Amino acid sequence: MRITQGAFSFLPDLTDDEIRAQLEYCLDNKWAVAIEYTDDPHPRNTFWEMWGAPMFDLHDAAGIMGELKECRAEHGTEYIRVNAFDSTFGVETIVLSFIVNRPAAEPGFRIDRTETAGRTQRYSIVSYAVDRQPTGERYDA
Amino acid sequence: MSDATPISDPSERYRAGVLKYVQMGYWDPDYEPKDTDVLAVFRVTPQEGVDPIEAAAAVAGESSTATWTVVWTDRLTASDRYRAKAYRLDPVPGRDDQYFAYIAYDIELFEPGSIANMTASIIGNVFGFKPVKALRLEDMRIPKALVTTFDGPPTGIIVERERLDKFGRPLLGATIKPKLGLSGKNYGRVVYEALRGGLDFTKDDENINSQSFQHWRDRFLYCMEGVNRAQAASGEVKGHYLNITAATMEEMYERAEFAKELGSNIVMIDLVIGWTAIQSMSKWASKNDMLLHMHRAGHSTYTRQKDHGVSFRVICKWLRLAGVDHLHAGTVVGKLEGDKNSVLGFYDVLRESHNDQNMEHGLFFEQDWVGLRKTLPVASGGIHAGQMHQLLDLFGDDVVLQFGGGTIGHPEGVAAGATANRVALEAMVKARNEGKDLLAEGPTILKNAAQWCKPLRAALDTWGEVSFDYASTDTLDAVPTPTSY
Repeated sequence: MRITQGAFSFLPDLTDDEIRAQLEYCLDNKWAVAIEYTDDPHPRNTFWEMWGAPMFDLHDAAGIMGELKECRAEHGTEYIRVNAFDSTFGVETIVLSFIVNRPAAEPGFRIDRTETAGRTQRYSIVSYAVDRQPTGERYDA
Repeated sequence: MSDATPISDPSERYRAGVLKYVQMGYWDPDYEPKDTDVLAVFRVTPQEGVDPIEAAAAVAGESSTATWTVVWTDRLTASDRYRAKAYRLDPVPGRDDQYFAYIAYDIELFEPGSIANMTASIIGNVFGFKPVKALRLEDMRIPKALVTTFDGPPTGIIVERERLDKFGRPLLGATIKPKLGLSGKNYGRVVYEALRGGLDFTKDDENINSQSFQHWRDRFLYCMEGVNRAQAASGEVKGHYLNITAATMEEMYERAEFAKELGSNIVMIDLVIGWTAIQSMSKWASKNDMLLHMHRAGHSTYTRQKDHGVSFRVICKWLRLAGVDHLHAGTVVGKLEGDKNSVLGFYDVLRESHNDQNMEHGLFFEQDWVGLRKTLPVASGGIHAGQMHQLLDLFGDDVVLQFGGGTIGHPEGVAAGATANRVALEAMVKARNEGKDLLAEGPTILKNAAQWCKPLRAALDTWGEVSFDYASTDTLDAVPTPTSY
């Protein structure tokens, strides 16, 4: 399966040139770009690991691409996403987020069901990769 | 004594009998509205022979303290303060018999945090008042001091996006069709297919409640099965707007609680449940981490005709104050009524922290929302993937684009319809961010994406040319700098 979190997951994987174009758009809007990675892609796993702090003072897409390259070198078998933050009053949150790296194989999720009263069920979504291995060993190179 | 001036001598003013509203003090062209005043602008069509100033004064009177005759008990109160004041009258451009009447209301006339109270005054008795042939509430300015007495949307656009983990693109939805008649199981199937195909939300329609063909509990159970299956299939947060509209508050709370028990992240209500019920459900949603979707069922009965009723921009203001997270606000290009600039004005009201006066968008007043959370507009009704460039250009990112027929009617099935919409959306957002001119290059961008995405190709082949090009009924008549009466 293909995890479709982020703004562009229904498109073919973005090339580095396409990623750079999106970074330029973020910088033109004065947004701070951050890189995050994870090997736990559960839809409610909000806190991916930060590849350093948001790059508030880096206004150069090439520099951010350099950071992405380093992150890929270390976490190339995992999910990596780019987030852009807007600190404008009344926004103060992420305004663009898209996946820029994903594992070669994505085993996806299963549903665990617990039958409760009536026909009500409790659903849990469980990642096969997370279930299988501890962090750092979940996706093959 | 002239009929057209207020009577200042108290013994004259309060002599038993009938006076003109102007004489009673409801017209004051020298009045300077206070920052704390509630302001309203009405489109007034006086009956033939009724002086427009007197008509405006009558509207001010009947929507505040007046009755048809003089009452001495006014003298027991600070009646000068409680009297609303019509302070400005402009002829409506191009309409010989109509006037924009501006009226100021002292804040003390209103109960804090109550839309029911505000509407009981502003659109209460006055709309049936005989001396006006027709009356329309065009816009309101709610003073900051009153705005802060409302809770506003329980979640707001910012927190909704954080909860859903979806940023930088419009959200996608679809209303399940046919809206009536499906069994719970068949209905849930459509939910599952649409969500796994790529939509963020599916939606109950306004009139699916608990009918013979489908008990509400059945719908809730099967829809949540679909939502959870789709979440597992995509790794994304998904939702289905479970319509909890019911005959009584007790029943609505029961349905809301069941939705929560099943893990739904959103519930839905219809506008027809009324202001008090809306505010109650908003407080419930806030307490229970629930998004609250508002379907504006019924609004066109009073918003569409521009001579009489209430403009939808006022309904937007009331609903943002009352506290809903989603509100259907028009598509411009779809099947339902909506003049472009008027609709953009509705979106301004719902999404901005501060509205400047903007006559081009129909906003008569500056409006400060004082940090009140924002409502996410929903564009729904007769839109399809082939219009994606227009929709993104019109509305930007903070909108839910709902393609009901445009998803479910896809020739290759519901999931394919959803995928077509999602691919069209993502391709368009990406192109916009790359600096492409959407209106000029949109059709090419879609065509290029359709080369590798078969469902999008089929969608464009099916609906590419469909448009609803009819003249709007509710168009803007005000000009940027109205001449003074």
